[in-house]
Amino acid sequence: MVTATPLEAELLELAGSVPDPELPVLTLRELGVVRAVHAHGPDSVEVELTPTYTGCPAVEVMSLDIERVLRGHGVREVTVRTVLAPAWSTDDITDEGRRKLREFGIAPPRTGAAAPTGPVPVTLGATRTRSDAPADGLGPVPCPHCGSAETELLSRFSSTACKALRRCLACREPFDHFKEL
Amino acid sequence: MTTTSAAGTAAATAAALALGDDALVLSHRLGEWAGHAPVLEEEVALANIALDLLGQARVLLSMAGDEDELAFLREERAFRNLQLVEQPNGDFAHTIARQLFFSAHQYLLYGELASGDSPFAPLAAKAVKETAYHRDHAEQWTLRLGDGTDESHARMQRAVDALWRYTGEMFQPVEGVEADPSHREAAWLEWTGEVLRRATLTVPDGPRTGAWAAGAGRQGLHTEPFGRMLAEMQHLHRSHPGAAW
Repeated sequence: MVTATPLEAELLELAGSVPDPELPVLTLRELGVVRAVHAHGPDSVEVELTPTYTGCPAVEVMSLDIERVLRGHGVREVTVRTVLAPAWSTDDITDEGRRKLREFGIAPPRTGAAAPTGPVPVTLGATRTRSDAPADGLGPVPCPHCGSAETELLSRFSSTACKALRRCLACREPFDHFKEL
Repeated sequence: MTTTSAAGTAAATAAALALGDDALVLSHRLGEWAGHAPVLEEEVALANIALDLLGQARVLLSMAGDEDELAFLREERAFRNLQLVEQPNGDFAHTIARQLFFSAHQYLLYGELASGDSPFAPLAAKAVKETAYHRDHAEQWTLRLGDGTDESHARMQRAVDALWRYTGEMFQPVEGVEADPSHREAAWLEWTGEVLRRATLTVPDGPRTGAWAAGAGRQGLHTEPFGRMLAEMQHLHRSHPGAAW
């Protein structure tokens, strides 16, 4: 592991302070997608960014925002490079990021999900899946509004690929759940 | 560059095209559901799965050349995708059967590639987790439709029967992909058969490929509906070269 120079650390902090374009309550650092900043000189830096999902359309906006912030800080040449390995996981979201998601009304991803491999046992309801604790061994998905563990899955895919749509059976509010990846 | 590594590069390019075309073409087919899905949740789910596939296609096609040129300026015979993914959406059951067959295959393939050291390993490690959700989605719907009403059962069985003949092609060897397809095929047959049986459906006993069609899509031989799909997918780019917004 190469140690970052003070300049690189400073620029990493700056790049990480950029808000996520989809979830502006989170910074890119809290989302865990800014991997590194390499300074090739005071005027030229390369930023390593990793996508949440391979097809995440927000990557281009993230890159532009990072370039804008670093240029505003006096760096003339900014290159944002997309890196895939090691693959991003929802476990990379910081504790602070999880707290902010919850406050924003999105159930944060449960931890320990880095490798959801193997068959997942399923249970079937009529059209919707009632499930206090999804059968994936990760525990319940509590409602971000009232905290109840009694929630049901409405749809495996929601407003973005990274979220599922659930509903709380206690307070009846629907909410997004940031799916474990 | 030595001859061996040049051949290796050519094989990797061929493989990137084959896998990239699978993802691109299925992404486009799923995108055709936008505005037509039976319920809003499915509208969103199919679009999200299409988006995942499009992301995978962009990475893979970029390994083979310029992604836009490859997607929009190739003729039908230059596409290397499986015939399965180009099949029309049909009714919802057909789309689900296609998803079940393909996502189960892609999940196994990415899983193997992720643990290897090919140029596809970084993408595969990421995409296998996305594909797990696609496979789960298809499995749930297969169970629901198969083990549902008489009507949904009949439609799901019809879809499975109709697409079965395209499933053998998934396990033809692909140049540049070292993973062993026969091992994957056995795992695929076991998993798919188990889902179909749980869904009270009959596993078709017909051939899984036509004698003339083994590996046809990989050689650029496609079924009749593919040309029309490409015409729609490519016409904007071809009519307005270099257009941007």
